[in-house]
Amino acid sequence: MNVELRHIHKHFGSVHANDDVSLTVAAGTIHGLLGENGAGKSTLVKILSGFITRDSGEIVLGGQPAHIQSPADALRYGIGMLHQDPLDFPPLTVIENFMAGSPATPALLNARAAERNFRALCRQFHFDLDPHARVSDLTVGERQQLEIVRLLANGAGTLILDEPTTGISATQKTLLFNALRQLAQEGKSIIFVSHKLEDVEALCDCVTVMRRGRVVGELNLRPYRANGQDAHGPTDQHFEVTARIVEMMFGKELALPVKPTTHQDDVILRLDGLLLRSDRLEMRIEHLAVRRGEVIGIAGLEGSGQQLFLLTCAGLEHPAAGSIHVDGRDLTRKPYSAFLKAGVCYLPADRLRDGLISGLSIQEHVALRMSNKGLFIDRAAAAQEAERAIATFNIRGRPDTAVEQLSGGNQQRTQLALMPSPLNVLLMEHPTRGLDIESTLWVWQQLIARCNQGTAILFASSDLDEIVQYSDRVIVFSGGRISPPIAAAELTADSLGQMIGGRF
Amino acid sequence: MEGTAAPQTMNPPAPIAGLPPTVYRIGAFVISLILVALVIFISGASPATVIGRMVGGAFGTADQIGRVIATLSPLLLCAAGLVYTFNAGLYNLGVEGQITFGAIAATWTLRLLYPEGATASLLPPPAAIALAILVGGVGGIAWGLLAGALHVYGRISEIFAGLGLNFAATGIAIYLIFGPWKRPGVASLSGTQPFDESLWLGTFGRTEATPVALALGLMALIITIGVMRNTYFGLRLRAVGRNLRAAYVLGVPARRQLLSAFLICGLFAGVAGALQVVGVFHRLIPNISSNLGFLGLLVVMLVNFDPLWILPVAFFFSALNIGSLQLPLSLGLESSLSGVIQGLLVLFALLGRGLAQKYGRKPEG
Repeated sequence: MNVELRHIHKHFGSVHANDDVSLTVAAGTIHGLLGENGAGKSTLVKILSGFITRDSGEIVLGGQPAHIQSPADALRYGIGMLHQDPLDFPPLTVIENFMAGSPATPALLNARAAERNFRALCRQFHFDLDPHARVSDLTVGERQQLEIVRLLANGAGTLILDEPTTGISATQKTLLFNALRQLAQEGKSIIFVSHKLEDVEALCDCVTVMRRGRVVGELNLRPYRANGQDAHGPTDQHFEVTARIVEMMFGKELALPVKPTTHQDDVILRLDGLLLRSDRLEMRIEHLAVRRGEVIGIAGLEGSGQQLFLLTCAGLEHPAAGSIHVDGRDLTRKPYSAFLKAGVCYLPADRLRDGLISGLSIQEHVALRMSNKGLFIDRAAAAQEAERAIATFNIRGRPDTAVEQLSGGNQQRTQLALMPSPLNVLLMEHPTRGLDIESTLWVWQQLIARCNQGTAILFASSDLDEIVQYSDRVIVFSGGRISPPIAAAELTADSLGQMIGGRF
Repeated sequence: MEGTAAPQTMNPPAPIAGLPPTVYRIGAFVISLILVALVIFISGASPATVIGRMVGGAFGTADQIGRVIATLSPLLLCAAGLVYTFNAGLYNLGVEGQITFGAIAATWTLRLLYPEGATASLLPPPAAIALAILVGGVGGIAWGLLAGALHVYGRISEIFAGLGLNFAATGIAIYLIFGPWKRPGVASLSGTQPFDESLWLGTFGRTEATPVALALGLMALIITIGVMRNTYFGLRLRAVGRNLRAAYVLGVPARRQLLSAFLICGLFAGVAGALQVVGVFHRLIPNISSNLGFLGLLVVMLVNFDPLWILPVAFFFSALNIGSLQLPLSLGLESSLSGVIQGLLVLFALLGRGLAQKYGRKPEG
């Protein structure tokens, strides 16, 4: 069944999450939907699967306009969605989950027939699932397999997969990809949502790239696939595809560096033989020495390990091996408090989840930062300091304004205002995400002022312009590898695109 | 953006949205009063009579007022302790066990100093009582920290850890009452052999209320108000309770903060348990806590964790409890009616707060 989305619009408050998005997925193809976090791809597929209602636009299925207002509607049209966190029932068994939500469920469950059906489907895709295991004991990959056979048994002709390769093993990924190819051959349409370039390239027939709520490009991948690159590893053609997609994702022209020279000679942060490990990534940095006043930009597709790297530098995660020195002191495997004492500060991307405390006011945050001074809160000092922070950081709020009532930009300003002084190393994720141009400029002015005082900054951003504009050196994270640092002035859109695609 | 997307479609605008938050709270309170009247009516009495009898039952005689105060004192201690754990984001249901274990520790101290039949000891009776209260506090701390350690290091929900330890504490009390500490001759549910009257806490006149217990209760409350409003410790507790991760990132030693909350709550509850022994029952009984811990939980939830309002609410609940004791005698009603009334009031207060948060008009800002 051909799936068409025409001129879809969706607003969340002031955010235009889908801005005139049109997408056509031909029957029998796997269609990649690529874009950074917040590009609007999840919103789009949730509209198609009925989880979100669109503001305007049309959904056309097999040439007929479809009225989809709820997930049940979507299922009636044969659209099934596999969510990033599987929407299943962990306390139940696999077969119970398989039977749940079937539109044709009779009053009495026919467990035996269901199990026969289940086993047949599993055989077809080489899934090895025990029907009587508890779902809570399954891995994410196995729960995905269960979801797939359940959706198929419920008559799904269109499958949407939202970031399906996050958190599953390599073998499970191969199984998943084979199953999807098989389904496409049977004539089903598959929409594969991801921010991982290599997965899209390996699997999809066609890719649509979204950025900031709009479709910015489409590319047919079939011609590139014809040469059998799978067998021989990455080829030039492979890199050509990567470069074109990265160009679509990030834009062709890079901004020019605007940052003045602020770095001094002495090294403030030194990493040696660092090995970082999470349940799905393993990365190594042989050596990195960051000087006082230097800014290191971290580029790469989101989820390539940037956060783990920053958390490790902040002392909030421990490396599997290697050492971290700050200002000459060995902080390897030291508690977070030692990192704080050494003048390390981490500003998370998700401000209200990791950085600020909902329910507390700006003044209370300021007081919290002062809280190692004595027993009783020095209200006068805290109020004065809060007023000063509000004035210097231009926060639109009062000292007694609760932080969750501030806008995103003002929350970021509050985070910046709470940075301790003196500060040796500042670690940031998306320092200006969600900020307007003026605020962005202003934030960087403040950060550069810190650099002049000797603070080294490491920041991850999905805005390549920001990286090139404000970094002295850039490192690129790609598929578990970390590039050596490169001077920002030497970067071109082309070279950066290739590095993000994994060639360095 | 993706994260906030789903709820948008799942919250259809409510027909009662957009009123000032206080409207929801007052509305919920009024509804709960109507339901209370209805419950009384169904149980076969007139609400006015019942309320009259309850007021009479609580404040009719000096003796009754004394019993209200005797209930209020440990309730204040428990509620004050729970302010710390609630503000740290913890549902310390283990407070009952902490009372019980405090009572056990206090009983143990007195039995050690004054073995059965002894009239003289190393310590004179007042000092022995003071020591028993102190050791009771230590016992409460031990039980509280145990729950805290299970939660912080063992990653067990503090609710389950607390409930489990409640059973353990009651089990130990019953074992002691029927085993090593049983009354000469016959072990019974009525508890251990009562202490000599010299070891009883002094009372107001001939009532059950003891000035020491009331003073300790009020002191705990005042200290708690001061700590929560004026100290960095209180601020850090609130920070941890509202967002553990962010508080930690901002440099608050979160584990220490959580354990401190358990410790303080355990201390206050343990002292309350000791007071139950030396001031009210003068022996260890199986239900030594008299469910004051659970009552304390209700009080603190009702005042939204703000210690300033604990005194009036705790006083009201104490009066309700004592007043309802008269109901079976005078009206032939179940005294458990007070439990129903308390439950209704708390449920609707929480409901009112929830509605105010969800639908209340946000202040401009």
